[in-house]
Amino acid sequence: MTTAREEVLARIRAAGAARPVEVPPAPEPSPQPAPETVDLFAENVADYRAVVERLAESAVPQRISSALGQYGVTSVVVPDGLPSGWLTDAALRVLADERLTAYDLDAIDAVVTQAAVGIAETGTIVLDHTAGQGRRALSLVPDVHLCVIRADQVVGDVPAAVRQLRPAVETGRPLTWISGPSATSDIELNRVEGVHGPRHLHVLIVGDEA
Amino acid sequence: MSARHTGPVAATTPTFIGMPKFPALAREALGNTQQRRNLAFATQTIRGKRAAVVGEVGDWEALRLNGAAVKDEVLAHLDDYLIQLEDKLTAAGTTVHWARDAAEANRIVVELVRGKGVDEVVKVKSMATQEIELNEALEEAGIAAWETDLAELIVQLGNDRPSHILVPAIHRGRAEIRDIFRTRMAAAGRPAPETMTDEPAQLAEAARLHLREKFLRAKVGISGANFAIADTGTLVVLESEGNGRMCLTLPETLISVVGIEKVLPTWEDLGTFLQLLPRSSTGERMNPYTSIWTGPADGDGPQETHVVLVDNGRTHVLADPVGRQALRCIRCSACLNVCPVYERAGGHAYGSVYPGPIGAVLTPQLRGIDNPIDASLPYASSLCGACFEVCPVRIDIPRLLVNLRTQVVDAHRGRPSAEGLAMKSAAWMFAEPGRWASMQKGITASSKLLRGKRTLQHLPWPGSVWTDARNAPVPPRETFRQWWQRTHGESR
Repeated sequence: MTTAREEVLARIRAAGAARPVEVPPAPEPSPQPAPETVDLFAENVADYRAVVERLAESAVPQRISSALGQYGVTSVVVPDGLPSGWLTDAALRVLADERLTAYDLDAIDAVVTQAAVGIAETGTIVLDHTAGQGRRALSLVPDVHLCVIRADQVVGDVPAAVRQLRPAVETGRPLTWISGPSATSDIELNRVEGVHGPRHLHVLIVGDEA
Repeated sequence: MSARHTGPVAATTPTFIGMPKFPALAREALGNTQQRRNLAFATQTIRGKRAAVVGEVGDWEALRLNGAAVKDEVLAHLDDYLIQLEDKLTAAGTTVHWARDAAEANRIVVELVRGKGVDEVVKVKSMATQEIELNEALEEAGIAAWETDLAELIVQLGNDRPSHILVPAIHRGRAEIRDIFRTRMAAAGRPAPETMTDEPAQLAEAARLHLREKFLRAKVGISGANFAIADTGTLVVLESEGNGRMCLTLPETLISVVGIEKVLPTWEDLGTFLQLLPRSSTGERMNPYTSIWTGPADGDGPQETHVVLVDNGRTHVLADPVGRQALRCIRCSACLNVCPVYERAGGHAYGSVYPGPIGAVLTPQLRGIDNPIDASLPYASSLCGACFEVCPVRIDIPRLLVNLRTQVVDAHRGRPSAEGLAMKSAAWMFAEPGRWASMQKGITASSKLLRGKRTLQHLPWPGSVWTDARNAPVPPRETFRQWWQRTHGESR
């Protein structure tokens, strides 16, 4: 008896589709990021109704504290590798990711992460879930996601980001691409922000104060 | 060149067997004013958004050309790319299964779920699992399959069928959705809040609460994939709500059902497709969430991952040298939103999970043209060409429709048809000038009886075939020849 694998492959070979195909090149990625690239990134992130702030490195702890305050956050989970000293607010319950279950995460208000890449043309933040970004569930279950990204992590367009991320993929890292808060347009095409993912996305762009 | 052998077609699933032809279904749909209003608004809105974000891209046409050629490259060497994909998936720790058809794919998934000893799964919206009617197969095995996309939830709770690839509940208004949630949510889990109105935000909140308990306790997730990357063994899922991330991240086991045509050769090819798909589909620069995974990740998400590669008629499509380009389709639904026929008839009239122009070329190729609904689909178009203009992978849908019409006609050759009869009598009439002249006299004479009327609404058979759906013009009172004879007759 032939296996399904053998049979499907045999059907493909019998279909007579083999031929040389000339693939025209994709349009060239845009050149290296300039200050305008970060401006465009900020603009496009905000266009998804995420909150965007630009600040100097030294202001990060204070801005994290005030941002979380805006949403009435009382508990926050922090991934391994997030710079110590970023969460200084004594009133906050700060939890490390120590075998937290999905139920535990559901009871936590917010998460603070870093990012791997930002994409200016689309206002996208990419997490590769290495140090400072946490496993995927961390930036998914809590309702507020505060993401800190460095200006020099922002690239111009999608192909540039894809190229840069190959090593992460080759080592088996999962990626999460985030463009604004969770949203749906399923009811009469009315856009509603916030269904299952974080309803609030707050982005701090560091090191390039505009 | 060696002879081509075509793979078998997919079985028409029970839901669609015995469905009337497209014109009958369309006629019914045209009577549904709520649906027509929703569709006109929805398609117009998405058309506008798409046009705006496509216009932002410097060289959209170069992206389309690259995307189409990359897909053609995959289809030209599909066996090699699938083997490479299988190797890379396996190396990354994913178990690969192959399925000849829907029944085999469903059997594989049911067995995997049973092996986990669970009686429920959470699902990410997936066209492939709809096509194979996986939910029905799971239900038969006593396993509840919870759809988690908001529109899919509306469709599932309402015992309904999807009518659009991207926004499957587009035929429903907010009041209907509120009623479905109020009456059906309780039986499926957490009931809708007492105070819920028909505000979209409140309806979305009800879905969030209803599904959250299912996400948190789920042991098995089921997904499709938008792309499967051969050179890295990576799967990609695009979505908006976060339900996809929940299903792909929280369960212990993840089963992904993937059509064999979903392969992309290299990781870098995503650079093109992650521009083409969101801009064509939702009309956004980027969809809110894209999940990308390469086998199980240490301490992060499902620790057991499966991929089921499904043929189900795709190799049948591949064997048609013209029709195979339909397999480039990335399920964006841009062609639905620009189609004047879809906008009026809606998705249900297409008798398959693939509606609109792409459905009209894909379904008859996947399922063959033996059933009346499938044979009628290539005619569900005015051949205006708008679908080709917007297709991000340049599928020449009008050409494929004409190609399929030829196949339908060939399949019925030798049997009497209205068209054949009309052509025969026309040939008889044109054979002798006298016959033609006397026929014209008859028509202009009838015109005198119809004085004052500008259109005809009811003609006797066979003219009724035309006037059932359209008006016919009143014949002129004089033909060109009669006019010429009267005004220039002497100078001859």
